[in-house]
Amino acid sequence: MNVVVCVKQIPDPAAPGALDPNTHTLDRSGKLILDDSDAYGVEMGLQLAAGDGDEVILVSMAPNGETSGLRTALAMGAAKAILVSDDALAGTDALGTAKVLAAAIKRAEPDLVLTATESTDGYTGTIPAQVAELLGLPSITFAKKIAVDGGSVKVERQTEAGYDEVECPLPAVVSVTAGVVEPRYPSFKGIMAAKSKPVDVLSVSDLGVGADQVGASGARQEITDVSKVEERAGGEIVVDEGDGADRVLAFLEELKVI
Amino acid sequence: MALDNVWVLAEVTESGPTSLSLELLTEARKIGSKVAAVSWGAHTAEHAAMLGEYGASKVYDVGDVGETLPGVPVAGAIAALVAGGDRPDALLIPASYDGRDVAGRLSVKLDRPVLTNVVGLSDDGQSTQHTLFGGTTALSARFTGDGPFLYVVRAKSFAAEPGGGASPEVVSAPAPEAGPAGATKVSARHVEERSGPKLDEAPVIVSGGRGLGSADKYEMIEELANLLHGAAGASRAIVDAGWVPYARQVGQTGKTVKPNVYIACGISGATQHLVGMKGSKNIVAINKDQDAPIFSVADLGIVGDVHKVVPALIEKLKSR
Ligand SMILES: Cc1cc2nc3c(=O)[nH]c(=O)nc-3n(C[C@H](O)[C@H](O)[C@H](O)COP(=O)(O)OP(=O)(O)OC[C@H]3O[C@@H](n4cnc5c(N)ncnc54)[C@H](O)[C@@H]3O)c2cc1C
Ligand SMILES: Cc1cc2nc3c(=O)[nH]c(=O)nc-3n(C[C@H](O)[C@H](O)[C@H](O)COP(=O)(O)OP(=O)(O)OC[C@H]3O[C@@H](n4cnc5c(N)ncnc54)[C@H](O)[C@@H]3O)c2cc1C
Repeated sequence: MNVVVCVKQIPDPAAPGALDPNTHTLDRSGKLILDDSDAYGVEMGLQLAAGDGDEVILVSMAPNGETSGLRTALAMGAAKAILVSDDALAGTDALGTAKVLAAAIKRAEPDLVLTATESTDGYTGTIPAQVAELLGLPSITFAKKIAVDGGSVKVERQTEAGYDEVECPLPAVVSVTAGVVEPRYPSFKGIMAAKSKPVDVLSVSDLGVGADQVGASGARQEITDVSKVEERAGGEIVVDEGDGADRVLAFLEELKVI
Repeated sequence: MALDNVWVLAEVTESGPTSLSLELLTEARKIGSKVAAVSWGAHTAEHAAMLGEYGASKVYDVGDVGETLPGVPVAGAIAALVAGGDRPDALLIPASYDGRDVAGRLSVKLDRPVLTNVVGLSDDGQSTQHTLFGGTTALSARFTGDGPFLYVVRAKSFAAEPGGGASPEVVSAPAPEAGPAGATKVSARHVEERSGPKLDEAPVIVSGGRGLGSADKYEMIEELANLLHGAAGASRAIVDAGWVPYARQVGQTGKTVKPNVYIACGISGATQHLVGMKGSKNIVAINKDQDAPIFSVADLGIVGDVHKVVPALIEKLKSR
């Protein structure tokens, strides 16, 4: 079985984020790392594609030929990667990204495509369904458990009230939540092996995606204004000297909650 | 100038339209001169009057989608309406599980981009507001191409208020044949126990985080919430750890809540948690680390041990 895992490479979320002063889009010029949210998909893919001849293939779209996040996922055990990197992609929106990812995914002829439910930096959460629609595949979003059984995938899908058991025939797109599996840490051996694993770097035209579908103009949306939000003013901070509960009670009484 | 036709993707359950759907209908009245709702499932007709009361003069009823997930058939039905010439200038879509599926599918079918995580709209419905970097930065955006404009809106961005509208006209808008994409099948539905008010509707929320130390300590969070007639919430750390169901999660990837009082117990206050709760009217934080970021948004901060403060609070409330 071939499992494609979409992995996004993003600016380190622990560092303060910055917007490009001209386009107001996220500054992605620095070093990028594997989005934590995608480590779950990679782990899930590795567990589902553990048989002989099974493969996990990574697909990523990122600027400047970035591969450091891909290397992390390759070190976890993925076999190879397709990276789409092209200056024409700067400012691409979610739909344009989905078009690029779908075209790259097709090349890997997957039985199953895994994504996260949403990325850490853009978090539109629309890519999984967009990719599925572009590929003409069924999709099950918000998976908290996945099993493959013959030609179909069975998923426990989070819902407002609890969860649903949902299944569909393969090939399919499934988006995973952070609860789906516990990602492994890459071993030293894995890290060494990752260095020589193949990464196929493609441009937009290699994929046959029209230049008018991507980039800032393909996005057909613009950011018109950016401003600082007024910080919520902090209140009274007191150290509990055995009176903590009373302080809370007094506060709730004042608000007439009790 | 307001938009002409604004549609709302309204999720209608057995007990009625979801609160987010009503929030969107209320906002649609403000930005559009004509408001319609698009609904699916078995309960549309029975609750159509309420959709009307909140602003819909017309309801497109996709009908029962059977055991398939709604994303494909509902997006298909809307695309079919548009192809037939019945098109909205804007469609407001709830940022919910099914709402996001519909948005993604529909954007491809119509080849239209989506503005997502919308938390505000200009009166003319042409400009959206978003927050980023943990709510420290606000951003406005707009579409530069043709509609229909697809907006995915977060919960609690607008207050739901009935507008006194009459019962709407309900028209059938069946889903077209879906092909392989529609081949999902829900074989069982599991409802996790929940007592008391819903998280996004409760006037008081008591949330627990990793500072509780272990899963069994979450009981005191539930007990305190109960005593305050509120709901119990959680940080993602303890949801991922499997202590509590996801439905309790507050934050960027969970629920956005704006209760009268939010009490955070043993929660550090990561930006992804803060974005989901800092719109609360009053915030109380209990954390043993005086430098915890949660204190920066707290109206009352208790630097202390949750295992002492919370049980004492429970005792005192019980003895009142
Ligand atoms: C703060 C912010 C707000 C934005 N708002 C919007 C908006 O409203 N509308 C819009 O169209 N665009 C928006 N964008 C741009 C959008 O984030 C990018 O287009 C991005 O390339 C794809 O969207 P996402 O990461 O939000 O996708 P999501 O749907 O959140 O991603 C889901 C999953 O898809 C996979 N995936 C996504 N991108 C890639 C990739 N490049 N390579 C490999 N796998 C990937 C990952 O598994 C990811 O977890 C926004 C960006 C930012 C920074
Ligand atoms: C893409 C993405 C999305 C995310 N979405 C969300 C989200 O929706 N919601 C969310 O909550 N998080 C989210 N997170 C995770 C978030 O970054 C934090 O990891 C999480 O909120 C931390 O949970 P916590 O505060 O319970 O745990 P910790 O950060 O571990 O904090 C525990 C706190 O408890 C205190 N403590 C310990 N013992 C005691 C004691 N005895 N008494 C009192 N205090 C004590 C500690 O001082 C500490 O401040 C997201 C992260 C990412 C990357």
